[in-house]
Amino acid sequence: MTLLHWTRRAALAAGMASALALGAGAPAAAQTPPGVLIVGQIAEPKALDPAAVTAVNDFRILMNVYDGLVRYADGTLEVEPALATDWEISDDGTEYTFTLREGVSFHDGSPFNAEAVVFNFERMLDEDHPYHDTGPFPLAFFFSAVDSVEAVDDMTVKFTLNEPYAPFLSNLAYPTGLIVSPAAVEEHGAEFGRNPSGTGPFTFVEWRSNEAVVIERNPDYWDGAPELEAVVFRPITDANTRTAEMLAGGIDLMVEVPPVALSEFEGEQFTIHEQAGPHVWFLILNTKEGPFADKLVRQAANYAVDKRALVEDVLEGTAEIAAGPIPPAFAWAYDDSLEPYPHDPERARELLAEAGVENPEVTFYVTEGGSGMLDPVAMGTAIQADLEEVGFDVSIETYEWNTFLGEVNPGLEGKADMAEMAWMTNDPDTLPFLTLRTEAWPDAGGFNSGYYSNPEVDELLEAARVATDQDERAELYKQVQQIVQEDAPWVFVANWKQNAVTGASVENFALQPSFFLLLDDVVKE
Amino acid sequence: MGSYILRRLVSAIPVLFGITVIVFAIMALIPGDPATAILGSYATPENVEKLNRDLGLDRPAVARYFIWLGNMLTGDFGTSFSLNRPVLDEILERFGATLILAGTSFVLCALFGVLAGVVSAANQYGWADKAITFAVLLGISIPSFFLGMLMILAFAVERRWFPVSGMYAIYGGGGLGDLLRHLVMPATALAVVATGVVARLSRSAMLEVLRQDFIRTARAKGVHERRVIWRHALRAAMVSIIPVLGIQAGFVLSGAVYIEIVFQWPGVGRMLVDAILTRDILLVQGGVVFVAACYVLFNIVVDVAQSLLDPRIKT
Repeated sequence: MTLLHWTRRAALAAGMASALALGAGAPAAAQTPPGVLIVGQIAEPKALDPAAVTAVNDFRILMNVYDGLVRYADGTLEVEPALATDWEISDDGTEYTFTLREGVSFHDGSPFNAEAVVFNFERMLDEDHPYHDTGPFPLAFFFSAVDSVEAVDDMTVKFTLNEPYAPFLSNLAYPTGLIVSPAAVEEHGAEFGRNPSGTGPFTFVEWRSNEAVVIERNPDYWDGAPELEAVVFRPITDANTRTAEMLAGGIDLMVEVPPVALSEFEGEQFTIHEQAGPHVWFLILNTKEGPFADKLVRQAANYAVDKRALVEDVLEGTAEIAAGPIPPAFAWAYDDSLEPYPHDPERARELLAEAGVENPEVTFYVTEGGSGMLDPVAMGTAIQADLEEVGFDVSIETYEWNTFLGEVNPGLEGKADMAEMAWMTNDPDTLPFLTLRTEAWPDAGGFNSGYYSNPEVDELLEAARVATDQDERAELYKQVQQIVQEDAPWVFVANWKQNAVTGASVENFALQPSFFLLLDDVVKE
Repeated sequence: MGSYILRRLVSAIPVLFGITVIVFAIMALIPGDPATAILGSYATPENVEKLNRDLGLDRPAVARYFIWLGNMLTGDFGTSFSLNRPVLDEILERFGATLILAGTSFVLCALFGVLAGVVSAANQYGWADKAITFAVLLGISIPSFFLGMLMILAFAVERRWFPVSGMYAIYGGGGLGDLLRHLVMPATALAVVATGVVARLSRSAMLEVLRQDFIRTARAKGVHERRVIWRHALRAAMVSIIPVLGIQAGFVLSGAVYIEIVFQWPGVGRMLVDAILTRDILLVQGGVVFVAACYVLFNIVVDVAQSLLDPRIKT
């Protein structure tokens, strides 16, 4: 048929032409230039204003553009000087006086001084501040203990707290405490989040919506200029696409590699990085009503769940077994003597018999996914199977993340017996203080959704919060861990190891226990 | 004709109004709120209440609806919570990308779908017809996002012919060539199902026309077969093909959501999915209303085109 002949020829010609035009130059497109690090992020940032954002994804960019008064020392969660060179804490723990670093300028050229620090905290905390409307500042409550901030002289700044608050220093090291340029806020107002200016190792260049955020080396950085010329942060929301970009060489550094994709990167061209962080994955147990009101049943659940199978098989080794409510990443506050509940179904059955319950029925809230939740559906079903093996009768109810939080945060009473949960914090105080105290029951505005209450734990946590001496705090937290592990208000499951993959040309990269991404020492050939 | 177009445009107003009610109600009814999504682990009732106040979400729903509607009529779609920028700016910027993707796919599906249908019909039961029917069945059966992932593996990871994702190269990108290189895979993946549908319906539309008397007359007059097929038959068949194309235009627009996620295409579809997950109410509402308005408008264009082509359709 002439008709068909013509069509086939045309199709061939068209195909060849497009292959030549589009395919020929393409392999070069996958190469990324030396000195420029391309980072595959999990989402578009909301804003580059550290006071306005809450997501780890945004923090990864911010930590490279800004500095705080203090920071976490490399590889630890211990606070060290940054924009402040030194500080003094009054004996009653309510006055913090910082000496600021001399000769530091913001990227826009304006000087860093005590006035700038005062501006930063007043913008966030004082509703009458002229630039308070550049918010909202959702994490401002990190500094709710701050009564006033004043510039003692040009290079000295004093914070007065309304009560002693030990986590204050580590909150200053958190992104919410990063210092922005007052001049840039005054110039850009509500648009500051897209025109950021700080004192950090990299300066902001451009933000192409939904494509990339570009930052470049700050040659005048007070802590030594970074090795890289520039860093490009690309949002790639789909984990499979992110993996494919990494394999194809389109990005040099990929964060949050899905466990199932890790085996793709075992070759020599890639390096896999892992770092346990301040994260706990646990099951909240309803201690107010139902079977888990009995401590023996709660302990039985802890013995019944096979945590090793969860971290090794379900999570493919991307997590470690949790022993108690405080993650080991807080090395100074962690009790090394704590042994996780072993997997012992026999012991679980004995405890259930001792408690006098037979086949207790429990409703289990599971989420489909969410910040820090790892692989919640697969983990939920594995846990269900473990519990049923020792005699529990578990029914799962699954919710999308925001719906899930809406069900769990107001408390489990009358709805469920247990729920999945995960937290990432920057201070050992945060999680137990918000989730284990009697004062933190949901109706009092906390996250103690399982209604755990132990006056001894309450007292220890209050005491740790007002103690300014780190050793003293550590001792108190260790006691908390012992008691809480014994009381078992949760099933302690896992501490997540954050992971990342770098390409062959990337050197000197290390993940931090804070889960921040610090790039000032990274080299790319 | 002018009054017909005007009547169609006026009749679109209640449709759009209904859409605003529905999308607002859905966003108000689904559990979870933006403050909880923003605060994550730190969503204490106290913090949520304060943030809701800052975001202006403490007013009753009916009041919020009318404020939203009133603002929108003046062209103010509000500010996105999750992106901290005006909703309309974001939509317009993203919609350009979606139009490029969906538009290319639409052209591909119209071109290749009609071509395949015509070739199939002209060779009914011949090997070309069988091959095309088989390919069409295969195309219709593969979900576009899965095809997209397979294409990434085959042509971007194994053989580095095309970039994995994005719309322009991150470094030193830009320009038409760069755009086309990024467009080939997502546009093809998106077009495949629609092409199959168009090919099937074009084939049956053509077969119906080819059986009619005027075709036999044309052949009897000695008109060249190619001319019979492409001029006489296709023209008549177009009347029933065009409404199918109209539906496919809507299909590629909605299918773009999946493809935009797989290929990280910076379009409206991906924006809407992200916005729903972060409970970015104004962005979801604004985006849905905008896309719905475009769809309604496009349907009017199709109807008008059809009435121009076929005088039997009453204006």
